[in-house]
Amino acid sequence: MSPLLHVSNVSKRFGGFIALDGIELEVQQGERVGLIGPNGSGKSTLVNCICGALQNEQGSVHFDGHAMDGLAAHQRTHRGLARSFQLPRPFVSLSLADNIRVPMLYTVHKRTGPLHADSVDARCIELLRLVGLDKKARHMPRDLTQVEMRKLELARAVAAEPKLLIADESMAGLSHTEIEDILALLKQLNERGITIILIEHIMSAVMSFSQRLVVLVSGKKIADGKPEDVVRNPEVVRAYLGQ
Amino acid sequence: MDISFDLLMNAIVAGLLLGGFYAAVTAGVSISFGMLDIVNIAHPGFIILGSYIAYFINISFGIDPIVVSIVMLPVFYILGTIIYQVYYVSFEKRGQESLRGLAFFFGLLFVTEVMLILVFGVDYRYVEASYIGPSLHLGNVDFPLRMLVPCITALVLFGLLELFVTRTFTGRAIMAVSQDQLALQLMAADPIRIKRIAFGISIATTSIAGALLVIIQPVEPSVGREYIGRVFAICVLGGLGSLPGSLIAAMLLGVMESLTSTFYGPSWSPAVAFGFLLLTLAFRPAGLFGR
Amino acid sequence: MNTLRFTIICLLVGVAVYICGHLLGVGYVFFAGYTILQFVVLSSAWNILGGYCGYVNFGSAAFFALGAYSTVFFYKFNPLPIPVLIVIGAVVSGIVGLGMGYLTLRLRGAFFAIATLAMAVVLQTLVVNWTYVGGSRGAYIVREETVSIFGYSIEYIEYLFLLMLALAIVSIVVSRTIARTQLGFGFATIRDDELAAEALGVPTLRLKLIATTISGALMGMAGAPFPYYIGYLQPASAFGLEYGVNSIAMPIIGGTTSWVGPLVGAILLGSLQQLATVTISSAVNLLIVGLLLVAFVVIAPNGLVGLVQERLRARRSK
Repeated sequence: MSPLLHVSNVSKRFGGFIALDGIELEVQQGERVGLIGPNGSGKSTLVNCICGALQNEQGSVHFDGHAMDGLAAHQRTHRGLARSFQLPRPFVSLSLADNIRVPMLYTVHKRTGPLHADSVDARCIELLRLVGLDKKARHMPRDLTQVEMRKLELARAVAAEPKLLIADESMAGLSHTEIEDILALLKQLNERGITIILIEHIMSAVMSFSQRLVVLVSGKKIADGKPEDVVRNPEVVRAYLGQ
Repeated sequence: MDISFDLLMNAIVAGLLLGGFYAAVTAGVSISFGMLDIVNIAHPGFIILGSYIAYFINISFGIDPIVVSIVMLPVFYILGTIIYQVYYVSFEKRGQESLRGLAFFFGLLFVTEVMLILVFGVDYRYVEASYIGPSLHLGNVDFPLRMLVPCITALVLFGLLELFVTRTFTGRAIMAVSQDQLALQLMAADPIRIKRIAFGISIATTSIAGALLVIIQPVEPSVGREYIGRVFAICVLGGLGSLPGSLIAAMLLGVMESLTSTFYGPSWSPAVAFGFLLLTLAFRPAGLFGR
Repeated sequence: MNTLRFTIICLLVGVAVYICGHLLGVGYVFFAGYTILQFVVLSSAWNILGGYCGYVNFGSAAFFALGAYSTVFFYKFNPLPIPVLIVIGAVVSGIVGLGMGYLTLRLRGAFFAIATLAMAVVLQTLVVNWTYVGGSRGAYIVREETVSIFGYSIEYIEYLFLLMLALAIVSIVVSRTIARTQLGFGFATIRDDELAAEALGVPTLRLKLIATTISGALMGMAGAPFPYYIGYLQPASAFGLEYGVNSIAMPIIGGTTSWVGPLVGAILLGSLQQLATVTISSAVNLLIVGLLLVAFVVIAPNGLVGLVQERLRARRSK
């Protein structure tokens, strides 16, 4: 079966600095993949290239059988790719419910046709409930704690009803229970058929969640396989302990 | 054909000399925009302010304008630090730099221009110095001293800035702050202080650039507006934050403007810089020597 | 309140304003009123791109001047009635807005702002060198003394005032309608965080192009009657920095987040400037505008409307 996401020999440089060097990555439909690596290893750059926020100079990105090269980020989102941002980027002049409404109006609408206003409202509340923010639906992002903003960020990406969701460090700063909640949510979404790439530093979460683990160091992929195998890989150990 | 060739050579030389001066004008923006990401469109306004101060002291006391501008350096530096402080507290801290920051500097530009009109009026002002008038002659090519002296001064200024940025700790900190603020903090340097110093230097350069301007051409308050496009065009063309890049871009622009002015008439030369800027922004925003 | 009802209210208010002016019988009222209404159009237009989308346009004067110079062109080529010229001005400036947007809107906001300034100067240089429309020497427009509408004969300046009143109503209705529809919602996401908006499926480039086109078209409309108003048009006055500064200062002082701000800013600041020009001098009046702009941007970023909203919110939560 052809992979849902195929990143083929993707390279990206910023001036003289090579951020990504020939990255090869395949993600099958329904997989749970963990992506780890030290700070500055290129994880966010890779996400940006996959999602279209940046254009890779070399290589190509194929999603759902279609070439993504040259497509703008919003077009990729329409095709079913969604991501949350590492540093939350809420729409500060819109309420939480309105924040969730954006991908519904601009992405889901595109696929299923115009939704009735009431059903959109109901769906917004439902998504907020998933992350425990439904009581604050009418609040503004500035009233949220850092942790709540991360949850909003995730809920917003989920609202785009993606086929592939890239969750970029959604759990930083969360308590143990909150991490469990988010993991449960992500597993639930995965059971419903959403493929998930989880980028995290919290190893326990990554290990328990991922079926496959990919390690990025200095723009190169140095490991890709079962989590238990990858963590014993000497290169991976050196990359983490040798920092 | 001989006449045309001489005309061409003179136009090119004039362009290079002008370009040197443009480099001095742009050096400050290379720092404020290229390294600090602050769109200070009021920069030309400060240059004109520098011109008028040089003019006023030159006319009142007969002191050479370049000397005046060097003496005024600390004043402009302090002005720059104050403005940065206001900018930082009002906009950068709140993350609203784009709209409000731009409007702030636009307002400053406007206020400076209007205040100069109120104090000095709209007549053109000249300075007097021993090197305004005579020219060096090399073969059939003229090197008017009123352009040569500013060009040389500009290059010296440029050289000093480049040395400062690459060889001193503060200078390198300024380069660093543009790339990685967190790393700078970990090195126990206060990024806000570094940025304040950088912006102060950026405004200080306008003191000298202003004196050079009024040597090259007579000024009146709205002359600053023509320079907004030039300055940003050079900055973008040269690759943001690259001082050597902006020097080359400045020379290029100077020559192009000079050629246009000589062969098509001076009324077309404002369009050269701005047209170039538009084309660069449209097709190659990273500049010719982009980072 | 739906759009139709709002439009009717605006029309009624407009008619009342006109009748008051007519009864006062002082010509100056219409001259000053025209200028203020012109600023209502320019600020509302600017705010669609600047306040709603967050993209600062420093070249408002260029779109305004394009409208004015289209009129001059037709005046020399084949005079047309002003309402037609207004439509032409809108089309010309709208197309230029679209073109400029296409070239520059892929850049960050700061670059876009600089590009608008560059475009304004390029356009000014082109016009200065275009002798058909008078170039730097300017062009004279001769207008009639009176105009007859529905059998009534009114002064020409009143006719111009009525036209500008209509344009002001159009621009207010347009900006209010945009704010209440999904288009305005999309604009707000671009203003708040363009990267996030794009990642969530908002076609940011397309929306920005719509904003620049509408904004440009409205400004062009405001400029079209200008040659008839002023009688002698020079590039320096048409492309004057006053239009650029005021189109930015008025929405910022009034408040950029709603359609009310530009209206409030234009009326207040416009009247203040008329007063200052008449009593002190026109240079001082520009100084006041500049100082107010800087002060408001630093102290009250949401403008007068924002201050009022904060007062109401504070009172409500007590």
